[in-house]
Amino acid sequence: MFGLEKRDTLLLGVVVVLTLFAPFILNPFPADSGLAQFNAGYPDLMQRFVIFGIFAIGFNILFGLTGYLSFGHAAFLGVGSYSAVWMFKLLSYNVVPALVLAVIMAGLFSALIGFISLRRSGIYFSILTLAFAQMSFNLAYSVLTPITNGETGLQIYTSDPQYLQSVDAPSFPNLFGAAMNSSTTLFFGGWTFTFSVGYYFCAIFLILAFYLAIRIFRSPFGMMLRAVKSNQQRMNYTGLNTRPYTLAAFVISGMYAGLAGGLLAAMDPLAGAERMQWTASGEVVLMTILGGAGTLIGPVLGAGFIKYFENIFAKINDNVLHGWFAFMPDGIEDAMVAIIHPFVGKGWHLTLGLLFMLVVIFLPGGLVEGGQRLGRVFRRKDKNAGSVEADAAQRRSEAAE
Amino acid sequence: MDAILLQILNGLDKGSAYALIALGLTLIFGTLGVVNFAHGALFMIGAFCSVTLQRILTLSVETIDETKKDFLGNPLKVKTPYVEQWFGPETGQAIIDWSVPLAILFAIPVMLLIGFIMERGLIKHFYKRPHADQILVTFGLAIVLQEVVKYFYGANPIPTPAPQAFVGSFDFAPLLGLDTSLAYPYWRLVYFGFSTLIIAAVFAFLQFTTFGMVVRAGMADRETVGLLGIDIDRRFTIMFGIAAAVAGLAGVMYAPINSPNYHMGMDFLVLSFVVVVVGGMGSLPGAVLAGFLLGILESLASMNEIKSIIYGIDQIIIYVVAIVILLVRPRGLMGRRGVMEE
Repeated sequence: MFGLEKRDTLLLGVVVVLTLFAPFILNPFPADSGLAQFNAGYPDLMQRFVIFGIFAIGFNILFGLTGYLSFGHAAFLGVGSYSAVWMFKLLSYNVVPALVLAVIMAGLFSALIGFISLRRSGIYFSILTLAFAQMSFNLAYSVLTPITNGETGLQIYTSDPQYLQSVDAPSFPNLFGAAMNSSTTLFFGGWTFTFSVGYYFCAIFLILAFYLAIRIFRSPFGMMLRAVKSNQQRMNYTGLNTRPYTLAAFVISGMYAGLAGGLLAAMDPLAGAERMQWTASGEVVLMTILGGAGTLIGPVLGAGFIKYFENIFAKINDNVLHGWFAFMPDGIEDAMVAIIHPFVGKGWHLTLGLLFMLVVIFLPGGLVEGGQRLGRVFRRKDKNAGSVEADAAQRRSEAAE
Repeated sequence: MDAILLQILNGLDKGSAYALIALGLTLIFGTLGVVNFAHGALFMIGAFCSVTLQRILTLSVETIDETKKDFLGNPLKVKTPYVEQWFGPETGQAIIDWSVPLAILFAIPVMLLIGFIMERGLIKHFYKRPHADQILVTFGLAIVLQEVVKYFYGANPIPTPAPQAFVGSFDFAPLLGLDTSLAYPYWRLVYFGFSTLIIAAVFAFLQFTTFGMVVRAGMADRETVGLLGIDIDRRFTIMFGIAAAVAGLAGVMYAPINSPNYHMGMDFLVLSFVVVVVGGMGSLPGAVLAGFLLGILESLASMNEIKSIIYGIDQIIIYVVAIVILLVRPRGLMGRRGVMEE
């Protein structure tokens, strides 16, 4: 279907179902229960899941396929956000021109940076992209203040021209009248489900982005990118110039990042320089690695995983911890809280760093590889069981003789 | 003219910090072939060695001073640092005053130990892994170290003053026969001298000792040195410790210039990488040269006269220079042939 193989169609179907029914799936606990803090089914967080999912899918097209580790992709996200907000400021709150400009600007910007950075590979490439990202951050933070509004961040004021804004249109980013922050709520028993326009808008983009990624992965172009990863030198020796391919991959992933940045601005019409900082680039690297670089579903899983735990961990404070360990004797309870305290709340970054190291050390293939290994363990057990029985039967027959 | 001189002087101290960090990075890269993203964190830990020693020295015992009374007539509680109690008030005060230079002695064993643990515990397992994995795992380590320091010392910068003797500035103007004043803080002079000393020591160590000779041989051809029956891995571990100590010492002495905070390592790291790349991956003199060069260039660009021509050039000059150099001379200023060429 849609030019996909059977397995890929299945994968796409899973992603479609997961994204469309996310408000249900992510809200397994009734709103008034003690576990409601683990719910993730509210629009703000779900939007972040899909937006960073798009970002990570795009990053994976570069890193997963070609092996070029870019440390500067947050710059393209930032460019996307800034251009989207500028479209809101100049034209109207309609998201279509904003997203179009976000993708185009990010594409141009990444073509420029990619053209220079891709002259080198390996560590040099990583450091070059890092330098470019840091330069863009400095530019956005202070030098280009007239365009980016510097430290304060770019936002929309009532004095902005907004030439195409009609009087009756909502004064929030909208798609031909459907405002991104509007939502309907469904009460069902103890559960509360929120369906937000913004979330479904982003979800459709995630599905499209995912479909496009599958097509790229399975195309001859994707094959070429994989060949670059496995042995670029050999490709060069066969007389093939790999740079157009890597540059195309770089620009595509930059455009994905621009789309993600534009969507971020569409959900909340703000753009700040901190989105471009290189720690933000590190985060998308982590998402991709954690999920599984080079796999299709991995980056989406990684993005969801990190954004979920970032949100949940940040909410846990000492009171919550005391609540959890209340069943223990007092001394042990305090000790447990003291042990866990540095890792939650404001200490989320510590957990993130540890997670980063653990994944790289023990599970370089990410969650997807972890799942595959787990599956293999179970399958092997079955096989072993069979062979043991066979052995026993053979031994019995030998004994009988 | 004197304004330019002043900016060159100003660039020297930042340049020496870049040079020291880049030197350590290059040492690690040249010996072990690992790109260490946690090197900035080592610089930061060095700075916090100063903070820690200062806190240890000012640990105080609370005594009741019968001779002094507060306004209610109760005896006053006086805090006296232990060192003052042990060595007498004057010597004790002097020791506390000199805590930053003393921290050098404190930091060397600490940084060597951290370096050894890092190499043996983590980086050893990554020699055979791709460079991307090395970058990622040390990046994770950098985040962890940074957050641990933040947990213990808080997010705010901690002022760490230099000894009283070095407060104030040295006027270069009479020396150079200029009319206007050319004031330069003493501590920055000390920092510059100190880093030159360390750089010289590292080069002398590599050039004039047998150990250094073996290490240089190992950098050139690790396999052959190993075949000659020399335990090159152990020597490389020691070099990692030394590189960590160099970064740490750069941090220790930098504490009075910029109050240490938990993210200072990351700020310096990106620039140090640029320095290494500009100098040429794997070239020690290149790292030092590029460090000073970029430091001076950065402070020259922050002159008002230049900023008025191109607004904000001081923020991006280093990156622009790095990009131009990499495009014109991909191997860096003094890069050797065959080191990370692909």
